[in-house]
Amino acid sequence: MAQVSMTVNGKAASGDVEGRTLLSTFLRENLELTGTHVGCDTSQCGACVVHVNGEAVKSCTMLAAEAEGADVTTIEAMANADGSLSTIQQAFQDHHGLQCGFCTPGMVMSASALLKDNPTPSEAEIREYLEGNICRCTGYHNIVKAIMAASGQDVSSIAAE
Amino acid sequence: MYNFDVETPGTVADAVAALGRDEAQALGGGQTLIPTLKQRLASPSVLVSLTGVAEMKGVCVGDDGQLCIGGATTHATVASEARAHYAGLAELASHIGDPAVRNRGTIGGSLANNDPSACYPAAALGSGATIVTNARSIAADDYFEGMFSTALDEGEIITEVRFPIPQAANYQKFLQPASRFALVGVFVAKYAEGVRVAVTGASNDGVFRWTEAETALASNFSADAVSGLALSGDDMISDLHGTGDYRAHLVGVMTKRAVAAAA
Repeated sequence: MAQVSMTVNGKAASGDVEGRTLLSTFLRENLELTGTHVGCDTSQCGACVVHVNGEAVKSCTMLAAEAEGADVTTIEAMANADGSLSTIQQAFQDHHGLQCGFCTPGMVMSASALLKDNPTPSEAEIREYLEGNICRCTGYHNIVKAIMAASGQDVSSIAAE
Repeated sequence: MYNFDVETPGTVADAVAALGRDEAQALGGGQTLIPTLKQRLASPSVLVSLTGVAEMKGVCVGDDGQLCIGGATTHATVASEARAHYAGLAELASHIGDPAVRNRGTIGGSLANNDPSACYPAAALGSGATIVTNARSIAADDYFEGMFSTALDEGEIITEVRFPIPQAANYQKFLQPASRFALVGVFVAKYAEGVRVAVTGASNDGVFRWTEAETALASNFSADAVSGLALSGDDMISDLHGTGDYRAHLVGVMTKRAVAAAA
């Protein structure tokens, strides 16, 4: 066991981990931040996406030891300070961007990373950016629509819900 | 995953020393190695993480005009920082895996692994790049030794990759939609000295140069020049995603597309 220390959602966090402990395991089991989901555990599905030093990464495919000293942001920090939903989260609700909700933490974290770099993405750019996030309920259409709406773009021309 | 120690050196020298430990294994971005460890297909005692080695990160243009990329540079960084110098390479990097994978995966990791369907081996071989390690420099033509096999010695680390910048280049990838690896990918680069064509995803021997196409394109850099050429599917990868003959045909199609896009 070795100690790791990092900043998670603005607060100092540390714990004893094995070499093989994944960042997702450290977040969920040591810090009890279970909003980060582990879907496939094979780097395919993106439910575990968090931000490490501002960049979207799959937390099931990074060792906790590699996050030593890093600034980590999880879905738990995405709501506004007063507890209301962030613009992206509210757009997912307004446009039915989730059904079972399992993929949603990763979708929101990926969407937030995309909009940081590209504030008004096209539909095609959103779909390409979400290549590493799998949703088995929605068919993606309303997720894409929610992200377009969250970026302030008119979504009235996007068809059926 | 079996358990292992993790070392996080800050310099190449410390990384080389750490790799001297028994059953030590270098860890790049981990986007292939960590899933491999989860499946217990490898069981190193020590993982030496290279992502903290600052001297192995970044993109620059050297005095000789070559594009130099540190071995621990992520695909995302290459996609953004190499674009002004070598757009064909940046474009390739910008379509590896998915965005979260590109934020972790590194060029050195990809070249050291030499997956037969990875994108970077095609760029390195197609550009006649030089693979620089802690010990020596290896020409791309001498570096790739077949599927998952390279000229690297045990414990040797790719510290930098140097790319001669071509007059024109393009990479076309026929996507395996589940894995986002190349079912077939073709990298074409046109230099004053000639044209190089490197193919990934197709051969049982890993990345290779299609020399017939190179000769044809040297005198006529157009898609028509490769129209009459055909590769045999006998030594091509044959699996549920496509037969060897299917891949051989795709090589021709993707080469034409790459030439058309580059010309």
